[in-house]
Amino acid sequence: MTNATAVRPSPLARSLAHASWETRLLLRNGEQLLLTFAIPIGLLLALSLTTLFSTTSGPQRVPSALATVLAVSVISAAFTSLAIATGFERRSGALRYLSTTPLTRRELLAGKFGATALVTVLSCVAVSIVAVLLGWRPTASAGWILPILILGTAAFAAWGMALAGLLRAEAVLAIANGLFLVLVMFGGVIIPPSSLPGPLAAITPLLPSGALADAFRACLVDQQAPSLTSVSVLVIWLAVGTFVAGRTFRWS
Amino acid sequence: MPAPALTIDDLVVRYGSTTAVSGLSMTAQAGQVTALIGPNGAGKTSTVEACVGMLRPSSGTISLLGEAVSTRDGGRLRDRVAVMLQDGGLYPTATPLEFVRYMATLYADPDDPVRLLGDLGLDPGVRTPIRRLSGGEQQRVKCAAALVGRPELVFLDEPTAGLDPLARRSIHDLVRALTGRGTTVILTTHLMDDVERLADHVVVMTRGRAVRSGTVAELVGADDSITFRGPLHVDLRDLRAALPAQCTITEEHPGHYRVTGSTDPMALSAIASWSAQHGATTADLSVGRRSLEDVIVELIGERP
Repeated sequence: MTNATAVRPSPLARSLAHASWETRLLLRNGEQLLLTFAIPIGLLLALSLTTLFSTTSGPQRVPSALATVLAVSVISAAFTSLAIATGFERRSGALRYLSTTPLTRRELLAGKFGATALVTVLSCVAVSIVAVLLGWRPTASAGWILPILILGTAAFAAWGMALAGLLRAEAVLAIANGLFLVLVMFGGVIIPPSSLPGPLAAITPLLPSGALADAFRACLVDQQAPSLTSVSVLVIWLAVGTFVAGRTFRWS
Repeated sequence: MPAPALTIDDLVVRYGSTTAVSGLSMTAQAGQVTALIGPNGAGKTSTVEACVGMLRPSSGTISLLGEAVSTRDGGRLRDRVAVMLQDGGLYPTATPLEFVRYMATLYADPDDPVRLLGDLGLDPGVRTPIRRLSGGEQQRVKCAAALVGRPELVFLDEPTAGLDPLARRSIHDLVRALTGRGTTVILTTHLMDDVERLADHVVVMTRGRAVRSGTVAELVGADDSITFRGPLHVDLRDLRAALPAQCTITEEHPGHYRVTGSTDPMALSAIASWSAQHGATTADLSVGRRSLEDVIVELIGERP
């Protein structure tokens, strides 16, 4: 039986334990490694070395490609992968079982966010190294990458968890992949808002994908701080997504 | 007498228009094994899930270790109470040791995952992911995960389902060790052998309510019958004539007989002689004892 004098792990300790557990599972998954490292690096090479979706030229091409790839990585890891993995954890009964342990819902969500943030940071480091090899030279404004990455990861993770809470696993799989393609292609990520038709160009800066890509482009291409609009849009999506996830998340 | 570790009072669990548990009341004493048995659909798993807060009862109360159960997460009870679920609960890509080690990080004073897996007959060093383990091995991983937090009260929902005899024995030994150190065990099972070997107290459920409870001996009760295996499809008149007048004899299955009315040595002698006359030996002779399974079948049959 439990030793009465033993110290109960703190909420932070349990959140960290869950983050560590999720990270190990994520990095072991071959499909996840492909999404986290191989596809972003391949996309960076394609956008940097070809004229595919190119709106910049010369020395701006690699930073512009890097901004796009970082936004794609965040959306892929924090929204699509997280939503799908959580949906399937529910289907396998793993979440249901965790509900009987001392791990609380907040600790689970914090752990999932921590693991996803770590994976996106690792992905960012990997693509940044490749970008340097392709000729990118970081400037002071590159210091904004990490805060934007964390904010973007939090906003998309909140919506990933909200989606996983609302629908069953198979529906999450289909919708998360579909939304990923729509956001990446028409949400201001690969094709900048300025190159999109009028109504879409007006909407994309208000989407989390557009705001995230704009913020990365500001610090990597324009070499300045991200605009208040981009940051505000991400914060609003984060707040609403957290509220929705808190209401919709269920263990079983 | 110490306070019960589990008290259920008039529990009702409904799923839409279906009532899974219908006014169940029962208690389980601390440090004992209480078996919850009954046919499929009797409401055993729903009862367990309501007890561990996985589903909200429609009405009634549940108290574990003196505290009311809540479906809210994070309660202190989750440190002291654990469950081994019948279905699901595993991370398929993890190895058994990784999973049990992760579970250990959530508790204040966890058991040693390596030792626990070893006690359950699993090699802690195995690198095979859980999804590639056999059903019986997965059962044992679930059992280890439930026990690694050293719970004061543990629900084991069909822990020996699908296990080979050796693995079942390791679970039996573990359950005995648990009660030996004061843990309360609530066991649901369809295997009456598990109940007879492990349970201090038995609650029989059917159609969502408790229909009988007591020790195995109390449930089985005194019986004046003899059961045995003998010759197949022979005339019973000779045996009837040799037995005391109050005895009745029935062939329950081909070659399986039950003599009711007397268990005295004359009746046993008559049975052995009669079998020998028909060129058969008397096998599986049991005197004065119905099986628990017989009792359960009778109880279920009594309640349409």
